[in-house]
Amino acid sequence: MNLKLALAQVNTKLGVVESNLDKHLLQIKAAQKEGAQLVVFPELSLTGYGLQDLVPTVAHSADPEDPIFNPLLEASRDIDIVVGFVEEDIRNRFFISSAYLSEGLVSHIHRKVYLPTYGLFDEGRFFAWGDSTRAFNTRFGRMGMLICEDFWHVSPPYLLWLDGADIFIFISASPGRGLSSAPQLSTVHWVESINRAYASIFTSIVIHCNRVGYEDGLHFSGGSTVYDPDGDLLAQAPYDQESLTFCEIDLNQLHRSRSRLPLLRDERTALTQRELNRILNRDGSSSGR
Amino acid sequence: MRNLDINTDLAIEIISGFIRSETTRAGFSKVLLGVSGGIDSALSCYLAARALGSENVLAVRMPYKTSSQSSYDDAQLVIDATGAQSMTIPITDIADGLINQFPKMSKMRQGNIMARSRMIVLYDRSVDFNGLVIGTGNKTEILLGYSTLYGDSACAFNPIGDLYKTQVRQLSRALGIPDIIVNKAPTADLWAGQTDEDELGFTYTEVDQLLYFLVDERFTPDECIKEGFEHSFVEKVVKRVRQYHFKRIMPPIAKVSNRTIGYDFLYLRDWGT
Repeated sequence: MNLKLALAQVNTKLGVVESNLDKHLLQIKAAQKEGAQLVVFPELSLTGYGLQDLVPTVAHSADPEDPIFNPLLEASRDIDIVVGFVEEDIRNRFFISSAYLSEGLVSHIHRKVYLPTYGLFDEGRFFAWGDSTRAFNTRFGRMGMLICEDFWHVSPPYLLWLDGADIFIFISASPGRGLSSAPQLSTVHWVESINRAYASIFTSIVIHCNRVGYEDGLHFSGGSTVYDPDGDLLAQAPYDQESLTFCEIDLNQLHRSRSRLPLLRDERTALTQRELNRILNRDGSSSGR
Repeated sequence: MRNLDINTDLAIEIISGFIRSETTRAGFSKVLLGVSGGIDSALSCYLAARALGSENVLAVRMPYKTSSQSSYDDAQLVIDATGAQSMTIPITDIADGLINQFPKMSKMRQGNIMARSRMIVLYDRSVDFNGLVIGTGNKTEILLGYSTLYGDSACAFNPIGDLYKTQVRQLSRALGIPDIIVNKAPTADLWAGQTDEDELGFTYTEVDQLLYFLVDERFTPDECIKEGFEHSFVEKVVKRVRQYHFKRIMPPIAKVSNRTIGYDFLYLRDWGT
C-alpha cells in the first residue's frame, strides 16, 4: 500500500488566522489535485509562531462549529489534513496543538507536551502543557503526532512507537541558528539527524514538516523531510522557500525493514517499565543520581 | 583560538531573506542607509542591494567638515559597485549649529552630535524616499556599546548585528567589497586619525575571540582567563558589555498599572504581518 503525501511547507501571517486559513485551503486544493492523500502543515500553521499576547485572540477549537475548522473539516472529506493551531479547551487553557482531520472528522488532537521555555523560547509562559502522547488509527495505518520540542525528548516518540505508531508526523516551527563554516545551520543538521535516527531505531516512517519565513529576526529554515524505516531520505523540501513537496511512501517498507531488523520485536518493554519504576521511585533527588 | 568562520553563502541567504521580509511586511519596498566608506555600512549596503535590487537602496553620504576625503571616496566605491541610488548631504551646518554654541565641547560630545545629525538626516530622507533606515552596527560594537545611542545605532532593523567584526570582514570579502575598504583600520572618522582599535585599546580580532567565548560559548570570565586571555583585558571587556547594556534595550518604564509596555504587553514587531 502506498501513501501519497504532500508536505505543505508554508510561511504564515503572524496572528492573522483567516489569511492563514485561505493559504491552507489553497495548498490543500493543490495537494489534492496532484493526488495526495495526506497533506501536512507545520506547527502553528494557522497562527504563526511568536504569538506572545496574541495567544488568546487566535485560539480555536477543532470542531465543525468553529469558523476556521469548518472549512478544513469539509476539505478533509477528500484528503487527510494535519494542521497546527492554538487550541482553547473548555476550561480556557491554550495549547499548541496539531489536529489530524479525515473524512470530515477530527481523528486525533495532539497537544504539545514539551514547551521550550529557555534561550529564545518562551512557550511555557503563554501556553498550557499537554499531558498525553497517544497513537491513533488512520486509513493508512497507526500514526503518532508530535510538535517540535516534543521530539527533542526521546520519550514521546518511544511511547508512540510502543502505542503502535508506524508513521510519525512531526511538525515544527524551528528557528534556524548556529551559523558556522559548516554547510548547514547547526539546528538544521541536528533536526535532520534526529529524524533520521528515529526512523532507523524505530524502523518507522518519519515525516517532518517545518515552516519557512521570518518573524522579527527569527528565521524558519524549512527543509522538511520524509525518512523511511531504513533511515533513508525519501523526500526533502527546499530550505527557506515555501513549497508543496510530494512523496510517494511505500508502506510495505515497514514489513521489509522489520523483517531484516526486528528492533520492535525485541524491545523489552517490561524491563523498561521495571527500571523506570525503580528509578522514579527512588527517594530524594529527581536528578537520576 | 576559536574559528569564527561562517558559511558566507548561508549568511547571505538568511540575511537577504530577513531584509526582504522586514521591508516588505512593513509595507515598504525600499531601504536607505548612511554609507561612510567603512566596512560595516558597505556590507549592509551590498546585502540590501542584493536583497531588494540596487534601485531600491539609497546610500547617503553625510560628511562633516573634518571627515576625510578617503572616507568619501571609499563610499563612492560602494555606491558604484552596488549601483545603489545615492546622495550626499553634508552635516556640517546641522552639527555646528550646536557645536559652535559650546566652544569647549569635548570630542566625544562633538562625535555624538555628528552621529545624531546623521540619524536626523536619514530619518528625514526616509520619508521622502519612502524607505526604511537599515542599521550598520555589528555584534562586536553592539556588545561593547561602541556606538552613539539614537545616533548610528538608530534603525528600523539591522541585518548585520549578529556578525562579529571578524565575520563582517569575511562576508565582505565573499561579496567582493573592495580590499581598500575591507583592510583599512576601522574608524568612526569623527576626528582626524581616530581609529576604533586605538580608542578601545584592543583589536577586533582579539576582542571577537573573547566575546565569542563569553557570549556564544557562555564561558565565565575566569574560564576565559584560563583559556589564555589577559586578566585585565577580560575585566575591561566584561565591564564594557555590562556597562553599555542600556544601549541594547528599550528604556524601562515604571510599572504602575496591570499591563505595562515591555513587561506584560508583549507582541513581536511583525504582529499582524
